[in-house]
Parts: sequence; C-alpha cells; structure tokens
Amino acid sequence: MISVNINGEQHELDVAPEMPLLWAIRDVVGLTGTKFGCGVAECGCCTVHLDGNAVRSCSTSCANAHGKQVTTIDVAGQKGEHKAIVARLQEAWIVEQVPQCGYCQSGQIMQAAALLAKTPKPTDEQINTTMAGNICRCGAYQSIHAAIKRAAGVTA
Amino acid sequence: MSTMLNRDTFLKLSVAGGSGLALGFSFRGEAAAKGQIAVFNPNAYVAITPDGLVTIQVSKSEMGQGVMTGLPMTIAEELDYPFEKLRIEQSPAAPEYYDPVMKSQQTHGSSTTPDMTIPMRQMGAMARAMLVAAAAEKWGVPASSLVTKGDGMIYHPPSGRSGSYGEFALLAALQPVPKDVQLKSPDQFRIIGQRKNRVDVPSKVNGRAKFGMDVKVPGMLYASVQKPAVFGGKVVSYDATEALKVKGVKKVVQIASGVAVLADNTWSAMQGRFKLKVRYDDGKWANLSSDQIFAEAEKLANSPGAVAKHTGDADAAMKRPDVKVVAATYRGPYLAHATMEPMNATAWVHDGIVEIWAPTQHQTPSQDAASKITGIPLERIKLTTTFLGGGFGRKGETDFVEDAVEASMKAGVPVKVVYSREDDTQHDYYRSANTSVFSGAVDSTGKIVAYKLHNVNTSQFKRALPFLMAKTGVDPSIAGSTVVVYDLPNVHAEYTYHDLPIPTGFWRAPSTNWNSFATEVFIDELAHAAGKDPYEFRRMNIKDPRALRALDAAAEKAGWGKPLPPGVYRGIAITLLSNSIAANVLEASFSGKNVTVHRVVVATDVGMVINPAIVEAQARSSVNYALSAALMGKATIEKGRVVQNNFYDAPVLRHNQAPAIEVLVMPSGPTAFGTGEHCVGAVAPALVGAYFAATGKRIRALPISDALA
Repeated sequence: MISVNINGEQHELDVAPEMPLLWAIRDVVGLTGTKFGCGVAECGCCTVHLDGNAVRSCSTSCANAHGKQVTTIDVAGQKGEHKAIVARLQEAWIVEQVPQCGYCQSGQIMQAAALLAKTPKPTDEQINTTMAGNICRCGAYQSIHAAIKRAAGVTA
Repeated sequence: MSTMLNRDTFLKLSVAGGSGLALGFSFRGEAAAKGQIAVFNPNAYVAITPDGLVTIQVSKSEMGQGVMTGLPMTIAEELDYPFEKLRIEQSPAAPEYYDPVMKSQQTHGSSTTPDMTIPMRQMGAMARAMLVAAAAEKWGVPASSLVTKGDGMIYHPPSGRSGSYGEFALLAALQPVPKDVQLKSPDQFRIIGQRKNRVDVPSKVNGRAKFGMDVKVPGMLYASVQKPAVFGGKVVSYDATEALKVKGVKKVVQIASGVAVLADNTWSAMQGRFKLKVRYDDGKWANLSSDQIFAEAEKLANSPGAVAKHTGDADAAMKRPDVKVVAATYRGPYLAHATMEPMNATAWVHDGIVEIWAPTQHQTPSQDAASKITGIPLERIKLTTTFLGGGFGRKGETDFVEDAVEASMKAGVPVKVVYSREDDTQHDYYRSANTSVFSGAVDSTGKIVAYKLHNVNTSQFKRALPFLMAKTGVDPSIAGSTVVVYDLPNVHAEYTYHDLPIPTGFWRAPSTNWNSFATEVFIDELAHAAGKDPYEFRRMNIKDPRALRALDAAAEKAGWGKPLPPGVYRGIAITLLSNSIAANVLEASFSGKNVTVHRVVVATDVGMVINPAIVEAQARSSVNYALSAALMGKATIEKGRVVQNNFYDAPVLRHNQAPAIEVLVMPSGPTAFGTGEHCVGAVAPALVGAYFAATGKRIRALPISDALA
C-alpha cells in the first residue's frame, strides 16, 4: 500500500510501488488536471508539487511519494501551501489569456508556482531557465512569460 | 447587408433543433398548443428559454484556435445579445452541424471562419428577427417600430415599452421562419472586432477542462497498442503470456493496427505491452531511409512531371540576353505534429450502438470509420467531442478512434486507447518530405520574368482526398508555390507524386508550410541575383495590394534598413494561405551551431477581424510552431521506420528559445478569413534570409540545425 496525501486528502493506494505518481493521480485517484505528455520528464505537462517542490509526476514513482504531500492543479487554487501564489498565477493567466489548447497549462502553472514560492521576483533569465522544461506546442511562451511577471508584480 | 439564407443549409438547420428533436415549423403551432415547446430554437445553433438563457452550439472542434469564442461572437452580434451572457456548448456530432461547404463535420484548413461566419450570423439574425416578430405580435405594433440595442431586450420607443428576449421566446417559436435576414453593416458591430476573452480559458487554468485523455467511462479499460514499427509491416503472431502477468492487465486483443493490451490503468497497459512477444512481417520497405528517399526525389524532380501550371513562356524568358538566371533545389524533411496531448480516444461498442469520446477535428469521418468497423449505421454512432490538446491537422485523422472502436468491439468493454509519446512520434501522418527544384530569371530592372519549379512529395491528398488528384496527378497543394502574391508573367510548375509507404497528412498550414519556404528562399535568391534588397525586390514584384500593405507594415515596424545591434541580422518573407496573408521580419544571430531568434514582427491581414486578440495569439503560436520546425524539426527514416522517439531526440521550441513577437493585425474588406495557421509559412524563409545576411551562405535544406551541424 502506498500512503500519500493528495491535495490535503489521505489516500491508501493499492498500486505497484514503481507505478509513476502521474498514473496513480489520474487513473486511480481520478484527478485529471495533471496531464500525460511524454512519460520521460521532458515536457513538464505532469508537474505537481511533492512536499512543495515541483516534480515530474510521470517520472516519480509512487514509492517515492509514499508518506508525502502531493499538490496538483485540481485544487491548487483553493487550498494548500501555495494557495495564494497559484491563485495569483491563475488570475494572471486569465488576464494574459495564456491558454490556447490548454493541455500543458496545469504543468506550466505548477512549475511557475514553485518558482515564485522560492523566487518571488524572478528575472527574465530566471523565468527562462525555470520554465524551459515545460513545453507548450501552441507556443504560448510569450504569454506565459508575461503572466508570470504579472503574478509576481514584476514590470517589464 | 441583406443575405439570402442558403436553402440547403437553412432547411437542414431549421428542421432539427439542438436537442435533436424535430421542430420543423409546420409542427410548431401544434406543439405550442399542446404546451410542448419549452425552448425557442429557430435553428440548431441557438436555443433561448423563457428564463432568458441563450445557449449556443459550437459545431467546430476547439483545439486552441478559439472557435468556441469566435463563432458565438458572430451569432451574438446578429442576435444583438451580450456575448458574456451566452452559455456556449460543444455541439453533438450530427448532420445539422455539418460544415455548409464541406457537407461534413470537420475542423481544418483555415475553413471555419470563412465557411461559418455568414451562416452563424444568419442564425443569430434569424433568431433576433423571430423574437422581434413575437414582440410585434404581442404588443400589436409593426416590427419595424421595434429596436434592439445589444442588451437582450426589445424596445418600442414610441410607447416606451420593453421586454427581454426570454419573455418572447415561446411566442417567437410560433413565428414564421424568415426567408431572408438583414445582417448588420460593419459600422453597426458591437461584438465583432472586439477583444473578447476566450470562454475556454478559465477551465484551462484550473485543471477542469476535459480533454480526450481525461475521459473515464464506468467499466472502462485502458489500452496501449503495439504496432509494427516499419511502415507497411504486419503482425504475424504474438505471445501475450508475460503481458497478462503484469498487475492490472486484463486482456490482450489483436486489432487491425497491432496488438492492444488492456488494463485497469494506463501505466499497466503500457507495461504489459512491453512484455508482448510479437513477430512481424516487415514487408518490402524494411530498408527504406531518408537518404534514399531524398536521392530518389531529386531524380524525380529533375525528370518530367505532371504539369500543374503553365502560363506564358518561362523557357523563352530565361533565354533572353538581358536576364540573370537562378536555379536551386530545396529540401524539407518529414515532420511529426507532436501535439501536446498524445493521440487517444475512448469507445464503447454495445447494444447495437457505438459511443465515442474523442479529441477529434473530424467528427463525421470518425463516425464513418466506426460504422465501417462495426457495421453499425452512422446514425447510431454517437460521438462526443472533447477539448483537443493541440490538433495541427493530426487529429483530423481517424486512426486513434479506429483503434478504440475495434478494441472495444473485440474486448466487449469501453476502451480508452492512449498513444505513448513514442507511439505519437513514430505513428504519425507526417508532413511529407519535399524536394523542390526551382529556376527562374530576373531582368535588369529587377522584375521576375521567369518562374519554374518541380515539386516532389508524397501528397496527403492522394490518400485523404483522392478525387482532387485523380484527373491530373497534380497535388493541389502545389498551388502554394504558384498562387503567390507576386506578379509572375511566365510560370511553369510541375508535380510528381513520390510513392512511399510513409503515411502523410495535413500539418499546420498545409501546402505553405513547405511551399512558402521554397518560394520565399528562391525569391531571396532572385533578389540577390538582381542586386536588390530582399524587401525592395519583393515590393517591386508584388502585385497584390493587401500583400504589399502587410509587407510595408512589417518592414516599417521592424525598422528594415535601420542599424541593428552587432551580430544581429534580418530576414523578410511573406506568405499567402487561403486569402490570409502574413509578412514577417525576423531578427536573429548565429554563432556556430547556435541560432538565437530575437524578434519576429508579423503583419497579418485576415480580412475582417472577428477577435483581434485571437488573431494575435494565433500569429504568435504559428511563429513558434514554425520556428520549431525550421530550427530542429524532422522525422528521420532509417530501416523503414522513424528514428526519433520522444522530445529528447525530437526536440521542439522551448520557453527560453522563444523570441519576442510583435503582431500587427491589419483588417481589410467585409469577409473574414482563417487565422489559425497562415503565419507559419513565412518564418523559415525569413530565418534563412537572416542567415544569408549574416554569412552570405544560403541554407536550402531544413531543418537549419542540420545545415549548421
């Protein structure tokens, strides 16, 4: 049994310990805000917070999440440690009209939230470096960049 | 502007309501008398209930291009109703939602805006006219004395009376359907042309938007399909013993495309699949390689092909003593689409029906395919369109839907088929490889006097729309090289189909994603031969006034001709796709293998602009998508299969590589054209132009990473 706290709720999961956390979140627990994009930690669609750190859930085993706190996009705006940051990012995402297809945006926001939690006023270079692992095939990068700065209260 | 309702469309649309119930006008009086009408739906797209709720059906697929916002804006405009108050729904897959031009429910080819704008405005105007007629009847006043002001109310100024649309909804359902409706003139627009927020954005920032990947049906199994890696290969036999031992794996079934492992979660299905022992017959293409393909294509391109266009006498013009002749061969690789959401679909074949949930651009072809597989008639194939996590043409194919339908039919349970990223990369319908041989001539004044080309590719049209090629053998998309913005007096264009087993398909900006590259780099080469600046040379040879205006705007905004920081160079290019124009000026610097694109200025003319914010977003999106391909995009064939696997060996543009993009939206004329893809074509040639400005070397084969290697 894998014991993991997801978005404040305790789950006892009867899954293979090597199952990636992504599939436990999506297929077993049923929270589908966290997306599958590549399965090898190359695209960032599956980004969640594990004890506050941004991780790629497709390449984090359930065994590694055992006994830890997982935060996903699904309730990230309403409660949890990064509540205010995620809510600010979501607001900024709406103002900047960031999403197009929208599939990568859960991961983008969770990655950006981890950045702002540690670096409240990031530079352009820090945003570029941190967000380079999150692919957006619609190419909404310019809007994502602007939205992060807006949420951080950093002017151009 | 007064427009006649297209009778075919009109009848189709007016007889069946959004609920699927027949609500033809002749039944309406009777139905109302019996109290059966609870909603006013004058057509399949608009429904108004007495409580005032206006619900709009969107028949097209939302893949990020903004149709769920743009189409309802056009309806709301003529309905004269606040856009923000609309309830907007994805329509079912049904004949009343067929595209009026294609006679099928499909989203592709920059066709939504041109095909749907007038019909959607008519749907809104029809509803408004019937509401006004109802108010006129109720108040006993002439309809001509009533006005609407865009707030969902009907006013009678002489008496000061007013009432909401909801109040008149049921009476409106009894009004005769107008034969023709008056559409607004552009100076009356309150919604079209405004920067309305996209309706799908809120659900896409909190994880609630449902994509195909997120579908869950009770009792559903997840499937991963092992397919022959070699194109044209077949499964001979398989042993599922070890696969079935994997925790969570429930069943293994063979389907047309391969062997499907079904499990109670996606990961177990994938793990089970890796344990399959499959024997293949690789077929006759097992040794095919990209090198071989390009070598063959070049031979074909230098042999006679089918004549696609012949005007004037290009050969004679090239022999004139006062001209300079230029010849060049351009080469482009296969390209995968790499949508962010890998291919997937859910299907349940049961009790004589098929239910499908899919992120599809092509509802009707998906239903057709499911009908063919199951023998169940089309009207009993129910398809629910989810959000699409990217489309770019890939999700207009039906392979992933077919996999799910067949697996469900064989397994007897609902099945969701999920492609891994590797499946997605290696089993795409690729943008064809292309080889284009160009030659041409310029006279001493810098005018193009001859323009010849021969393009060789494996046209997707031969498979997807064979009737378009049957007579002539010419790929219609070669038009992208011949229907250009330039004044070309002497043109000779040939095409040759390259018969290969690699499946090809529509890739964002079909035709111009390749043809604009070859054409525009060739224009640069002609400019160089003429000793002219690439911008000035284009100005001299462009005849289309909209194109000239866009080119000038891009050049002016970018400061063409003005000094740049050291090491930064400019390129310029222009593209035309189905009446939509984009001119780019691109600034980049080059150092060894490193390319940095600093800035792209895009001036785009898409005719009448419905939502400038969406036009801008799509321009930025297209530039980034095109930069990905230009810089590093390729699917390489070795041993009959695609070499690349995932984003680590099939890289795409990332956040830190994205340039600043400035978009100038330049409205023109009364007709709205597509905006989702036309800005792709002018990116790669502008980048190659910048490289030439920097180095004096011309890159004639993509991706650029290969040229710099």
